[in-house]
Amino acid sequence: MKKVGNHNSISRNLFFSLAVLLTFSLTSIAQTAAPAVADAAAPVASGGDPVKGKEIFNTNCAACHKLDAKMTGPALRNVSQRREKAWIYKWVHNSSDLIKSGDADAVKVFEENNKIPMTPFPQLSEGDIDNIIAYTSEPVAAPVAAAVGTAASPGTEANAGGVSNDIILGALSLVMLMLIVMLFLVNNVLTKVAKANGISVAEKEPTIPVWKAFAKNQFLVLVTSIFLLLASAFFVYGYLMQVGVDQNYEPIQPIHYSHRIHAGSNGINCKYCHSAARVSKNAGIPSLNVCMNCHKSISEVSDTTATPDHSKAFYDGEIQKLYTAVGWDKDNQKYTGKTQPVKWVRIHNLQSFVYFNHSQHVTVAGVECQTCHGPVQTYEIQKQFAPLTMGWCIDCHRKTDVKMEGNEYYTKIHEELSRKYGVDKLTAAQMGGLECGKCHY
Amino acid sequence: MSSNKKYWKSVEELNGNSSIVEALRNNEFVEEIPTDEFLGDKSSLSSSSTTRRDFLKYVGFSTAAASLAACEGPVHKSIPYVIQPEQIIPGVADYYATSVFDGFDFANLLVKTREGRPIKIDNNTITGAKFAANARIHASILSLYDSMRLKEPKITGKAATWSDVDSKVKTSIAEAKAKGGQVVLLTNTLASPSTEKLIAEFITLNPNSKHVVYDAVSESAALDAFETVYGERALVDYDFSKASLIVSVGADFLGDWQGGSYDKGYAQGRIPKNGKMSRHFQLEANMTLSGAAADKRVPMSTANQKQALVKIYNVITNSSVAVSLDKEFDAEVTKVAQQLKAAGSKGVLVSGIQDKNAQLLVLAINQTLASESFSTLGTRQIRKGSNEKVAQLINDMKAGSVHTLIMSGVNPVYTLPNSKEFTDALKKVHTSVSFSLKEDETASVATIAAAAPHYLESWGDVSITKGTYGLTQPTIRPLFNTKQFQDALLSWNGSAATFYDYIKANSAGIISGSTWNKVLHDGIYVGAIASASSSTVNYGAAASLLAQSKGVEGLELVLYTKTGLGDGQQANNPWLQEFPDPITRVSWDNYVTVSRADADKLAMTNEIVANGGLDGSYATLTVGDIKLEKVPVIIQPGQAKGTIGLALGYGKKAALKEEMQVGVNAYSLYKGFNNVQSAKLTKSSGSHEFACVQGQKTLMGRGDIIKETTLEIFNTKDAKEWNEVPMVSLDHKEVEATTVDLWTSFDRSVGHHFNLSIDLNACTGCGACVIACHAENNVPVVGKSEVRRSRDMHWLRIDRYYSSEDTFAGDNKKKEEFEGLFGKKGSLGGFGEMEKAADNPQVSFQPVMCQHCNHAPCETVCPVAATSHGRQGQNQMAYNRCVGTRYCANNCPYKVRRFNWFLYNKNSEFDYHMNDDLGRMVLNPDVNVRSRGVMEKCSMCIQMTQATILRAKNEGRAIVDGEFQTACSNACSSGAMVFGDVNDKESHVAKLGEDDRMYHLLEHVGTKPNVIYHVKVRNT
Repeated sequence: MKKVGNHNSISRNLFFSLAVLLTFSLTSIAQTAAPAVADAAAPVASGGDPVKGKEIFNTNCAACHKLDAKMTGPALRNVSQRREKAWIYKWVHNSSDLIKSGDADAVKVFEENNKIPMTPFPQLSEGDIDNIIAYTSEPVAAPVAAAVGTAASPGTEANAGGVSNDIILGALSLVMLMLIVMLFLVNNVLTKVAKANGISVAEKEPTIPVWKAFAKNQFLVLVTSIFLLLASAFFVYGYLMQVGVDQNYEPIQPIHYSHRIHAGSNGINCKYCHSAARVSKNAGIPSLNVCMNCHKSISEVSDTTATPDHSKAFYDGEIQKLYTAVGWDKDNQKYTGKTQPVKWVRIHNLQSFVYFNHSQHVTVAGVECQTCHGPVQTYEIQKQFAPLTMGWCIDCHRKTDVKMEGNEYYTKIHEELSRKYGVDKLTAAQMGGLECGKCHY
Repeated sequence: MSSNKKYWKSVEELNGNSSIVEALRNNEFVEEIPTDEFLGDKSSLSSSSTTRRDFLKYVGFSTAAASLAACEGPVHKSIPYVIQPEQIIPGVADYYATSVFDGFDFANLLVKTREGRPIKIDNNTITGAKFAANARIHASILSLYDSMRLKEPKITGKAATWSDVDSKVKTSIAEAKAKGGQVVLLTNTLASPSTEKLIAEFITLNPNSKHVVYDAVSESAALDAFETVYGERALVDYDFSKASLIVSVGADFLGDWQGGSYDKGYAQGRIPKNGKMSRHFQLEANMTLSGAAADKRVPMSTANQKQALVKIYNVITNSSVAVSLDKEFDAEVTKVAQQLKAAGSKGVLVSGIQDKNAQLLVLAINQTLASESFSTLGTRQIRKGSNEKVAQLINDMKAGSVHTLIMSGVNPVYTLPNSKEFTDALKKVHTSVSFSLKEDETASVATIAAAAPHYLESWGDVSITKGTYGLTQPTIRPLFNTKQFQDALLSWNGSAATFYDYIKANSAGIISGSTWNKVLHDGIYVGAIASASSSTVNYGAAASLLAQSKGVEGLELVLYTKTGLGDGQQANNPWLQEFPDPITRVSWDNYVTVSRADADKLAMTNEIVANGGLDGSYATLTVGDIKLEKVPVIIQPGQAKGTIGLALGYGKKAALKEEMQVGVNAYSLYKGFNNVQSAKLTKSSGSHEFACVQGQKTLMGRGDIIKETTLEIFNTKDAKEWNEVPMVSLDHKEVEATTVDLWTSFDRSVGHHFNLSIDLNACTGCGACVIACHAENNVPVVGKSEVRRSRDMHWLRIDRYYSSEDTFAGDNKKKEEFEGLFGKKGSLGGFGEMEKAADNPQVSFQPVMCQHCNHAPCETVCPVAATSHGRQGQNQMAYNRCVGTRYCANNCPYKVRRFNWFLYNKNSEFDYHMNDDLGRMVLNPDVNVRSRGVMEKCSMCIQMTQATILRAKNEGRAIVDGEFQTACSNACSSGAMVFGDVNDKESHVAKLGEDDRMYHLLEHVGTKPNVIYHVKVRNT
């Protein structure tokens, strides 16, 4: 028996060492990726600072210009090769004057771009403009750099983690298997050694199998069957209670809209798009004109947005779906008037006998959208986070203090109720938030 | 022991050689069973690999698969706007002010829209908007979503385009010009300055044309009289709030007399203030709403009313025209006349007698009184029709001189008494156009049935009274391919403008000092009114002519319009059909009303049969050569002897769902546009099954249900005497019922505590609240047979009670004097007598909805706690919890709970508005549509109070009094219903709760209701 104990500790040691090895190997893999980011873009200078230029470009120009594609204004890559610097200075400072002066180039540019005059930027110094020109004169970023960039993006890292987790699990089960085999072998060897040494291994006395003994004990059978019945009843009840509860319902939508990109990466406020949530019963799916506030100028995603699951081309295609729906001609920057309303699949379906009002929760109570809708900013596809059952509602109404400060409606009620209950903070339940008629009518 | 008996199968067995015997021995059936017919040919059957077991497997599998698939929840689509209009936020209601006049009803409205669809009519309460919606206007929102509407223009019954219609009409007009035929525009009263101008332009362009105004229910007599005296075709807009004595001679001014809408002013004077209230005398034939509200009602035939009017004229003007009034009325009428004279400028007299002379006398009397209620300024413009011109038109048509007839808003084939004559004459008209919402009787015989939009889809302007100008604006895009009459007229005039442009341009000259946008926002503009000049008229001659007028022979038939259907243009509206008549409480029917004396004479009966329904005899009604068969009879307490009543607006067939094709068409008896006809009534066989929602007629002396008193007692005695607090026995001592309590009370001092106050003095029984409640709360329509089974779903009912003695006080006295069971004063016989209403009873209305008892009997018996109490005072009903035991309804002392016996939506058995997608657009999205097996009842519009609270919370402010409303209190224009928060001590309703007149319904039961009533005071 002692010897067996020894073997046991050996296998434990083996297991630990393997695990440690694997852990370290993982860290080293992660570290190798880091230095690649540093040499992403080598500056290509031509009389200005492209880094500063990029900054100025993004604040002032990016609303209407892109480097490689036409937007409201023309594409600006290598603009210094097409125009003289002096002309560019004049144009940027006041394009209308230049057009009025009858400059042929200026008139041509004006007419090519739907006669939309460019906002004058007198505040940009010639140095600033030089910096912008330097930025626009950079060569197109090499695809390698793009690949590195992708690898460094947070989404991919998480995914990479997922992959290595699988590897670890696989390796661990392999080790486990090896250990079992080893134990078996060791046992064999020991038996052989024992035989060779003439140590007799005690024969097992024939015993009644456990199950037979169990079956004979009527009390145990009764207790077990009661237990089993209760357990199955519990599970059946649990199953029935989740009928119609569509938690984690994640339907495929006509447009692959990523909350991760909009609310997460770009940090757009929920209520920018779902503006009705502030004033209405419905949060409202934003109408397409709200999308176009931004997407008029964002016709494609940046390279860094793409993930291994969804390529840049995929996302660009989804933006194109929006354009088709709203009737936007990207190339001519015009609405065609042909619209196809988007038929979204509704995710949160409350029964008709439940009244729920967003403004009550969002504006009055100041509840964060995420409380009920989950970490939406991380969702690639929106899903139903909460169970939306009555128990879930009630639970929150019991626990949540009503936000009364600064709301004159509550002044008198708060004073009287806090005197009645002897507390300063009142929950929604104490305000009458558990009454049937508050939600069912 | 075996038997040797041989059992024979047939005689054939006698013959041993019979082939049949042989065949039967071998085969069970003589002939081969034609299995091929259902198993197909043998070859394919044998080649098939499907065995019986396989087949069963497949069946089992597919059943299981189908049931599994059914477990999956349905996928709901959500489609946002592509470009969302700035003003529209999904989930938030928008209100649009509009003014409406449909040729019969008029009002200043606020239309509530949700996501672009109008769902509710509210009253516009801005200064200057004085006409509130009646039951029909409230229901008109449902007529917008009528699936039977004319959806596109039709030329001779075939679908056409508007350009086809335009070119056809233009050609016809040109042809008429060339041939010298007439072009006639036959319309309802328009009261629209822009349309009238447009028609004038049309007439200028086509000098061979003329405009004829036709009112289905004529007010020609009053118009003629007013025109004679004041040179203007209009009606006086009486202000009853200024009167201390109102005398009505056959005018149901609380009903549809001269357009109605007098409730508000009338009710103002009826609420006792500083010991004073107005006194109201009513001389009438039919029992009307006005008669029910009157302090003293004298039932008399129209012939007698005419004499009475002359008699009053004599007294007021000190004339002495010979009068032949029946003796029995002499004293009463003299008393009325003298009181009226004494009242002087505080008195007013109105009359509904369709006789120009009578109407002249009304003007004379009010002029002499210098009545403050009578003003020739700001006259009503809502009736302009001329009987003579309509008659002239039909003659012209018959003579063939009318080439083109353009109709709008009229349905003469249905509403004309001589409809056959009109239809025949129409055949001589080359082209006829009918602008109509429905393919009604007229549109279906006209050459062109032009689909007109509903008023909620159209632009328009209306001048209801002189000096006011209201705009009608669309609240939804046209649902169908419709075109307004005015737009068509503009294009026929050769103008490219739309009617919207036209009104806008035209209004500039009217709305001086205001702007288009402001008037559109307010819905109403009030301008200066020029005074009318009067000319001298020989009233004496009119009086003697009237005095000489002869009564009718036989029974006097008085035609009237019902509160529900009015002139009948909304006959396909299930809300109005199911609306119980305030007086008879019968829905889904019109009927002839007969006095008890006449009914006994004619052996006509009304009886409650075993299933609780009301049955009545059938009668044949003959007027001249016209006979109406199988007219149901209602015995009407208060009907003047020798008179019978029949409502117009029923018996329509065209463009009506089958369920709505009820009643008889009384327009066929409306000869010479006279509402009084000489009729003969004979009993015919069979009995009619009424859908009557109130079997009991009287209060049986239970004065605690409707408490009534007289002004004299009210002023002189202590409140405890006329508003007795019920006593109960506690420890063998009599104590006030309000002091005894089985239950511990909740603390309701914090937050809101809602009360609804109902003043029985102000309630006229108009029923606007009932329909408003339907619209707000998605109350289903159940149909005639279900109503008959007392399964109506009305959350709010207006009970009507008759007194059994002459007054309710008499009833109470009689009950108190009962002694023992038998004998003269025995209660057994006595109660039997009290079940019968008096011949001229006092009438009281009492709106009853859920009383929201603080100690609710329904709550304690619900086995699943589906009904519970909120701390805001509302008795809440959670439909999703209800299992339908109906214990609550049985335990409710007020009988206000309604049970869904069936599924009333999306069920073809109940083919009303909830069964089609169009009709369901009227549903309020904030209120659940109840399903089968669920109890429902008034919720005190908790969705409205919650919305008000939320609005205040969102805006971070306290709620001011008047903000809290329910659908019924919102709709109540007479001020009878007041809703609010009694925890706000300054609120109107809190003060009403402190009033001496306040009482609770069935106070002795101890339910402590949150609905309060006010003792009715009569100024007798």
